[in-house]
Amino acid sequence: MTIRPDPTFHATPRLAMQAEPEKLAYTLLLSPDFSQPDALAVVDLDPQSQGFGQVVSTLAMPKARDEFHHFGWNACSSSLSPLTGHAFLERRYLIIPGLRSSRIYIVDTKPDPRHPKLHKVIEPEEVFRKTGYSRPHTIHCGPEGIYVSTLGGAGPDGTDGPPGIFIMDCQTFDVIGRWEIERGPQDKHYDFWWNLPRDYMVSSEWALPPQFENGIVPEQLLANKYGHRLHFWDLRARKHVQVIDLGENHQMALEVRPAHDPVKQYGFVGVVVDTTNLEGSIWTWWREGGQFHCRKTATIPPEPADPADLPPLLQGFGAVPPLITDIDLSLDDRFLYVSCWGTGEMRQYDVSDPMAPKLAGSVHIGGIARRTAHPNGKPYAGGPQMVEISRDGKRVYWTNSLYSTWDDQFYPAGVPSAMVKADVGPQGGLTLDKDFWPDFPSGFRAHQIRLEGGDCSTESFCYPSV
Amino acid sequence: MEGWTQTGLWLTVLLSGAYHGASPAMGWPLAVSAGLMGRGRRDLLAGMGQLAVGHLVSVLAVLLPFALVLWLVTYQDRIRIAASLLVILFGAYRLVQRRHPRRLARIRPTQLVLWSFAIALVHGAGLMILPVYLGLCRADGHGAFLAQGVAAGNLQTALAVALLHTVAMVTTGGAIALAVHGWLGLRFVSRSWFNLETVWALSLIAVGVLGLIP
Repeated sequence: MTIRPDPTFHATPRLAMQAEPEKLAYTLLLSPDFSQPDALAVVDLDPQSQGFGQVVSTLAMPKARDEFHHFGWNACSSSLSPLTGHAFLERRYLIIPGLRSSRIYIVDTKPDPRHPKLHKVIEPEEVFRKTGYSRPHTIHCGPEGIYVSTLGGAGPDGTDGPPGIFIMDCQTFDVIGRWEIERGPQDKHYDFWWNLPRDYMVSSEWALPPQFENGIVPEQLLANKYGHRLHFWDLRARKHVQVIDLGENHQMALEVRPAHDPVKQYGFVGVVVDTTNLEGSIWTWWREGGQFHCRKTATIPPEPADPADLPPLLQGFGAVPPLITDIDLSLDDRFLYVSCWGTGEMRQYDVSDPMAPKLAGSVHIGGIARRTAHPNGKPYAGGPQMVEISRDGKRVYWTNSLYSTWDDQFYPAGVPSAMVKADVGPQGGLTLDKDFWPDFPSGFRAHQIRLEGGDCSTESFCYPSV
Repeated sequence: MEGWTQTGLWLTVLLSGAYHGASPAMGWPLAVSAGLMGRGRRDLLAGMGQLAVGHLVSVLAVLLPFALVLWLVTYQDRIRIAASLLVILFGAYRLVQRRHPRRLARIRPTQLVLWSFAIALVHGAGLMILPVYLGLCRADGHGAFLAQGVAAGNLQTALAVALLHTVAMVTTGGAIALAVHGWLGLRFVSRSWFNLETVWALSLIAVGVLGLIP
């Protein structure tokens, strides 16, 4: 508890954009063969620094086999609403779940943000016992504390009961229990986010653990058995209010990105693949007259390729699907970044009109068939994956690994850690920074990035930008 | 209670109202938000009005039970001591337990009356003016030994104290909210917010101790 609110809390998205630029990134590293514990790397982002673009330190976890994936902060700008009663929390702890182990690490970034330390470990048994969920995934801090979405239910393979969201205390980090009071038809989970003053939550669906832990199951995918629905919730009542089916061919609805300005009642979701034509798609959802609606607003076509260049999984198709695995929205709600992990492209869409995204920029790097090298000449394995945008919207960072077993199917040659930076033009457009190429310890794959002081996929705001 | 003149007591009622109104934790930023998310100043004032109603009911919920038992003139001293001890204990509790009850986070952003009522209750906003109110009743009660008249007077005083306190609260909070909405901008929300939990808890203990003085 502090005397003044944390200086990284901002009432509005616009104020957050005007704040000091980020100087450090926290990047998750996972050991794909589980031979060593996963780690958290700190990367220097300060252009004035001698070590710009280099790894400052890495914090190895005490145990192996966690499979780090997504993570989040203990507190964000939403603390500035009197409704939360959290005004004097510090943005200090990173909550890092192990997707495979269900273990959760709490890492303290103070007093020295360049050398974070392990603060607490929550063992899987506590998660299982108190929630009946497993495989924790997305972290958001909100009115009732820290919200954690999970991908599995109880039991060894996580299919005994549906997955859901649980709540952790934002000071003691005790697991409190399940969030849902009524879950309606929701039986799969992936991402979730919300509009706090408008009091709703949106969640998406990837798959159940047997459908992803040992790799993608092609028969299940072609039978449209992966998730394809969006769920809308009454946030304070913790009740499911509406489901929208995107159509069963729209397999794997992943990242949910609501507009940051809470006065806007719309957002986006990315669909990995359309099983009828291998397209990836962007959907816009919105609320009107108390009801939620959703429409496909952009598509990205697959690219034909010589089967000899393709992994066995794709050889029969003679094409590379774009595979939209992550999307991220800038704080001014203007640019939506779309990772095409299959084709090796980062796309930037101008979504000033959310119903008509316009392609504003694109960068090719990696890709299953293209294998575009970085402008510095170094090979980039995998494709653009977890993407993070600086608060001011001028820089975009991304990594290359999706998930250990899926990496191996789509990129059998391996996906050594890479993290790149691209600069954004004043009217859009993306250019890769030739000089930014952190040298991560070998044997790891890089996953999600968090920026010191908050970023575009963790901050929730309670006041509109005016 | 020497030195606590009636004017001083009424002034304390006013000042405590202004203190509660100025504190962002008591809700004025929510009125700004209501204005910005809605149709401007009209919604801001409506939001402030809802906060005021909740605060008023919360203060009355603490004062009225005491107003109703104070007709037992013979027990007045014991009631005063019990009330003062209650306020001191609550202050000590706030010193140790600073956490915001998570249950409050279930209140919807649109339920400002309920939220304001609950937040004032759990922070002891009403308790803070309880010793002041009891002081006023004693000042009023000088020479009045007719129990019935005293009871009616105590009720009127309770209403007057709660109303005056709330008017001061809504005027101060409303003025800040309007200034932030119209001129200062939302940067002021984080700039104006100080962690006064300790000061608040100590204020409770202090008024409780003052209330103990015969």
